[in-house]
Order: sequence, then C-alpha cells, then structure tokens
Amino acid sequence: MADTQRPTSPHLQIYKRQVQMMTSITHRATGIALAVGSLLVVCGLLQLAAGEDSFNHFKGIVGSPIGMILLLGWSWSLFYHLCNGIRHLIQDAGFGYEIPQFVRSSWLSVVGSIVLTALVWTYVLTAGGAA
Amino acid sequence: MSAKEAVVKDRRNPMKIARGLGSSQSGVGHWWAQRVTAAALVLLGIWFVVTVLCLLHADYATARATVAKPWNALLLIAFVLTMFWHAVLGLQVVIEDYVHVRWKEVVLMVAIKFIAVLGALAGVLAVLRVALTP
Repeated sequence: MADTQRPTSPHLQIYKRQVQMMTSITHRATGIALAVGSLLVVCGLLQLAAGEDSFNHFKGIVGSPIGMILLLGWSWSLFYHLCNGIRHLIQDAGFGYEIPQFVRSSWLSVVGSIVLTALVWTYVLTAGGAA
Repeated sequence: MSAKEAVVKDRRNPMKIARGLGSSQSGVGHWWAQRVTAAALVLLGIWFVVTVLCLLHADYATARATVAKPWNALLLIAFVLTMFWHAVLGLQVVIEDYVHVRWKEVVLMVAIKFIAVLGALAGVLAVLRVALTP
C-alpha cells in the first residue's frame, strides 16, 4: 500500500520488452479473466439444477457465436494459466532460474497453451459444434 | 528522520515503535495457500475440462446424471471451492499491487470476498441439488 507520491514498481515504461515479462503480465491478466469465468461455471451449475428449460437456455447462450468467442478466450486463458502456473510451481521448488531456462520455459508456456487450445477446439469443432 | 532521532523525540524504546507493525508471522500463509490450491487446480481443472468435453453433445438428462454421480459431485464441489479460493488469493495480490487508494483497495478486497463466497456457496448448493434430488 503506497501512500507516497514516489513512483511505484514495476516501472513498465523503462523496461525492454522481454518474453518473461509478458508471460508474467499475461499470467495475471488470464487469472483475472478466469476469476470472471468462474461465475460462468457457477451459472451453468445453477441452470443445470434449475431444470431442463433453464439449462437449454444456458446452452443456447454459451453456444451462440459471441458465447463461442468468449469460450475460446476463456479456454486459452485456462490453458495458459495452467501451463504457466505449472512453470511457476516448478520455479517455486527452486528449478529453472538460469536466464536461458527462464526464457525457454516462458516460451513453453505460450506454445503449450496454444497447442492445448487448438487440440480442444479441434475436438469441439470436429465433434460438430459446441454445447 | 533517523530511528535514533525518533527515539529521542518519543523517549520510547525502538522496540515499542516497531512492535505490531512488522511481520505478524502469518506472511507465508497466503503464499502457501496459493500454491496448494494451484496444485489442486492443476488436477481438478484438467478433470473439469475433460468432463465438460465429454458432455459436449449430451442431453439434459445425461448431463444431470453425470453431475449426480458421487465421484463427479465430490470433485465438482472440490473444484468450485478451490477455484474461488484461488481466485480470491490471486485477485487480492493484484489489488494490493495496483490499487493505491486505501478506501478503493478495501472496498474491492471485501467485494471480491463477498462475490467469491456467494459464488462458491451457490455452486455447492447447485451440485447438491442435482446430486441429492432424485
């Protein structure tokens, strides 16, 4: 909690763009997105408990074009937060702090999340549309 | 003002000034809770995604029957509780880092906790209704 007028860290404007910095910011951003998405999960469960009409209405909204675009964003957020979260857990255990390892694992999180998202949506679309 | 000058002014022992303002010995509690819920969510999250994908074209009765299965209901409740717990821990850090107006920080902090508790309770109640209603 800063009550002073001093500049607060991080000084984003003076940093050179680096992949580890982007993975960190994206981890927070996807975390916020997923926190909002958690309300959708509860919404789905409530509609399931409320009855068939409510649930079909929910499925209709989720399966609409806008719903699908949001789901694409949420699924990528989930897979990114998952991959990068596992990376952070490994780092918390004390591994992977050499700079080349750090950069490599950053890219692994990014690529891994895209691959997982692509796999899931390939399954969804080849199985004939979502929800 | 140095600590020494402050002491002269206050005529108090430096320990008196420091006590109660520093570590309350609970600093690592948040850190650990965030990591443990993260580890749980790695497993529960993957399970949840796979379960939802399996229900992709399921009708209402199938979806309900799947959620009502004891193991699924148990894991779903665990997932909902852990998800909201982890979300509050994460959002708390973001608020502490970026919201520098004290009253806004407090309001946001309380708001996310209210929403998370309501969300978690609603989710658990919904799963129980599905699982326990024949």
